[in-house]
Amino acid sequence: MAVKLSMMSYRTPIHNDWCPGCGDFGILSSLQMALADLQIPPHMVAVVSGIGCSGKTPHYINAYGIHTLHGRTLPFAIGIKLANPALTVIAVGGDGDGLGIGAGHFVNSGRRNVDLTYIVFDNGVYGLTKGQASPTLARGLKTKALPRPNINDAINPIALAVVSGYTFVARGYAYDTKHLKELIKQGIQHKGAAFIDVLQPCPTYNDITTKEWYGGEDRQVEGKPIPRVYKLEETDYDGEVKTPDPLEENNKKLQAISKSFEWGDRIPIGVFYRNKFIPSYEDRLAERITNYYTSPPARQPIASPDGRPLASITEVLNEFIV
Amino acid sequence: MPSTKISWMIGGAQGTGVDSSANVFARAAAIYGLYAFGKREYYSNIKGEHSYFSVVISNVPVHSHMDEVHLLATFDSETIARHAWEVVPGGGIIYDSQAVNEKISNIPTLERVVYERIRSKLERVGLGETVGDILEAVRRDGVRLYPIPYMEMLKKVGEATGEKQLSALTRMTNTLAVGASITLLNIPIKHLEDALTQVFRAKAKVVKSNVAAAEIASKYVKSNFAEDFPYQIHPTQKKNRLFISGTSAVALGKIVAGCRFQTYYPITPAADESVYLEDHETFKLREEYPHLKELEVLDGYGSIVVVQSEDEIAAVNMVTGAALTGVRASTATSGPGFDLMVEGMGWAGMNEVPMVITIYQRGGPSTGLPTRHEQGELLFSIFGGHGEFPRIVIASGDIEEAFYDVAKAFNYAEKYQTPVVHLLDKALANSNMTVDIFNVDKIRIERGKLLTSWDSSLGQYKRFRFTDDGISPRTVIGTENGIFWNTGDEHDELGHITEEPSLRDRMMEKRMKKLEIADAEIPDSERVSLYGEPDAPYLVVSWGSTKGAIIDAIEYLQTEGLRFAFAQIKMLNPFPTRFVQNIFPSYRRVIAVEQNYTGQLATLIRARTGFQVDHLICKYNGRPFSFSELRDGLRDAVITGSPRIVKRSGG
Repeated sequence: MAVKLSMMSYRTPIHNDWCPGCGDFGILSSLQMALADLQIPPHMVAVVSGIGCSGKTPHYINAYGIHTLHGRTLPFAIGIKLANPALTVIAVGGDGDGLGIGAGHFVNSGRRNVDLTYIVFDNGVYGLTKGQASPTLARGLKTKALPRPNINDAINPIALAVVSGYTFVARGYAYDTKHLKELIKQGIQHKGAAFIDVLQPCPTYNDITTKEWYGGEDRQVEGKPIPRVYKLEETDYDGEVKTPDPLEENNKKLQAISKSFEWGDRIPIGVFYRNKFIPSYEDRLAERITNYYTSPPARQPIASPDGRPLASITEVLNEFIV
Repeated sequence: MPSTKISWMIGGAQGTGVDSSANVFARAAAIYGLYAFGKREYYSNIKGEHSYFSVVISNVPVHSHMDEVHLLATFDSETIARHAWEVVPGGGIIYDSQAVNEKISNIPTLERVVYERIRSKLERVGLGETVGDILEAVRRDGVRLYPIPYMEMLKKVGEATGEKQLSALTRMTNTLAVGASITLLNIPIKHLEDALTQVFRAKAKVVKSNVAAAEIASKYVKSNFAEDFPYQIHPTQKKNRLFISGTSAVALGKIVAGCRFQTYYPITPAADESVYLEDHETFKLREEYPHLKELEVLDGYGSIVVVQSEDEIAAVNMVTGAALTGVRASTATSGPGFDLMVEGMGWAGMNEVPMVITIYQRGGPSTGLPTRHEQGELLFSIFGGHGEFPRIVIASGDIEEAFYDVAKAFNYAEKYQTPVVHLLDKALANSNMTVDIFNVDKIRIERGKLLTSWDSSLGQYKRFRFTDDGISPRTVIGTENGIFWNTGDEHDELGHITEEPSLRDRMMEKRMKKLEIADAEIPDSERVSLYGEPDAPYLVVSWGSTKGAIIDAIEYLQTEGLRFAFAQIKMLNPFPTRFVQNIFPSYRRVIAVEQNYTGQLATLIRARTGFQVDHLICKYNGRPFSFSELRDGLRDAVITGSPRIVKRSGG
């Protein structure tokens, strides 16, 4: 490649209308940095989003940007990836998009293990519709736009991802872009469905889990805050499945689920679970269609230059001939 | 008694091999050289409920089923109770000689209302309520009875084949019924043996025992009944044809048309198509063009990826995602699934993505009649979804048309960069008929303004560039310099969000203009088919699978001196307005025929042309129009002049 790609290569001149201080900015730049680090040509990247503030992300990235319907990010992304597995497919969306209206797709995408990276912008509220409770807001919390405290319990996205079959499950923090960038890179490089839950304050509507709260500003010791967020890799936690042994796999899953319930005083970020031994959906297809990777759906010629179909059904028709 | 058509029926509990027996019978007739049309009726049930298959055979092409039955093959009491009444005088019933004493009140799957109807019918003629009483009642009307001792014969089959298991032997009861039928109709038994070999080809042992069963039944019929069954047909000339179902024909159409990505969520009656495709996910390439470089890429064979999704919402959106990478992609569903797809279709319309939705309509609303027939989604296909966006809606009239129409659907989708709805229905999906062998040479693939590269010296690529015809040259995801953005929001030429009013106007006009271009470019010959006598006084207008029964009916009515032309509307959107406005007023009466309550085509004709049809013949009981119903209905319309005629036949 002649020109080295930088973060700038993935920027567009479109005016960004997210609120000042929004966690989305950190996620956007982490993603752009990750793509630059991996030197993936912009035209080989598809960024797919749903509806909401996070849905606008593709417009700010110089790559194929597909801003889809509310909750439908993953089906679009899967269609793109399976039709052309050479593409790097990044799905982005809010927690309401992925775990509320799109929850069915979230679960079923885990079962497929399609090689893509799904980043959830997790701020506990529906921002663009002015701050209603989202599926990750804890019961009893009353963020400032809510007329009453949240009546529903919260979904645990990490645990749900693990039991659904995602083979890379991580959590990042929108204000630690360096760490998040590395998680996104690992997610992209992981061959299978990678899920990254990104804790992301909404400065306009979520006045409870704020940047200050995550940063522990409320519990200073000797003038220094004690951050709530800490990195798993700085502990002895290891979420990686080392052998294709189902027992080990189950133990690592249980460990990840258990870890995912740690919340409040200490909130872990990093890789909760990774399993390289589950074949991706594309690999499963390639077992049946042996030239799937060299001639995937999007790359198959279907007609001669003058439009004659290339497929032959002569042999198949034999079963119907009378 | 000469007849150009023979209607044969077989019935039995679901899961006892009714379908495969009918398939074997129709194939045997077709191998003999006859034309065949088979209609399948079944409950939303896996085992036990009554299902039946009606097969019409003829020495001339046949396009529909008929209400009258000439030969009824049964092996259970329920089929006799339900269908004996449909047998014409001179026709026959094949039945289990041991079943005659069974009381019809003991048939658990017979609805109370049906039981009462039969009981009172028998009471009126002074008979009791056994199967034997029913047989006696119809015998008095001139129906011939052919009792077969199935149990004894199965024992003989067991002796001949060494098969001792009773369960394996009972499965051959229906072959005994088919063997008896073929013999009564005087069709050489060797054709039945060929048909059995074709249908059970993978299982040599099954073929062998079924052939033995057919021969034993045939011998029994020959030695016990006079060879004077009045309904017989023999072919004039033998030509190889296909005997194929609608779902298989559409699946093959997709392979030929270049569809390489299909999604589905299981639903009756659409799922068969996708399952067939998955079973044939790899296929050979044509050998006629050994020099094409396109073929080298493919390494010997092509393939289609079939994905079973978690719901129809995922199905439609996966298709759109795939289509953005350049692949021809489609999904197949029925009405309830299409309900869930309309939001996704709107996104594809907004972003000008070529994709095809194949709809097999069934009885609605809601779950409705999930295994039965209806044409209820015409207006919904055209108008469903919020906001306004262009889409093309076509409907096929029969199995053969459906095969060729698939390629047209994809061509329209790519040329006009818009969703295409291909309307089919349960009757077409689950019918089998003899058709000429599909000719792939008749198909051309046209991909419209599809770009394989973009020269960046021409400036930044604009996916939604304003053009004279509203259609912008299209790159696909993965094209160097061809980056674009898509959004369900209103957007500018690059695909970025805008709410600017003048840009909104231009984009709306750009999109909608594509339909005007399609309307101007697509010739009437692709949008309307005219049958019958163009200068006849009466015109029948319809759409979809009513075609077969209409053609058979107007052909018959000609022998009574009633002359009809028939306009089959194949493209429902954009509507062939000029054609309709030009020719409809010249007919004395125009009669719409539709399988729905409200007359959706009649409504559409009025909306698009201002023309009001004179009569509506409609039906909504879930069973397709028979030849007989339209023969009588059309006659009624022009003689009595009734504006609305409702048809109600079918079991």
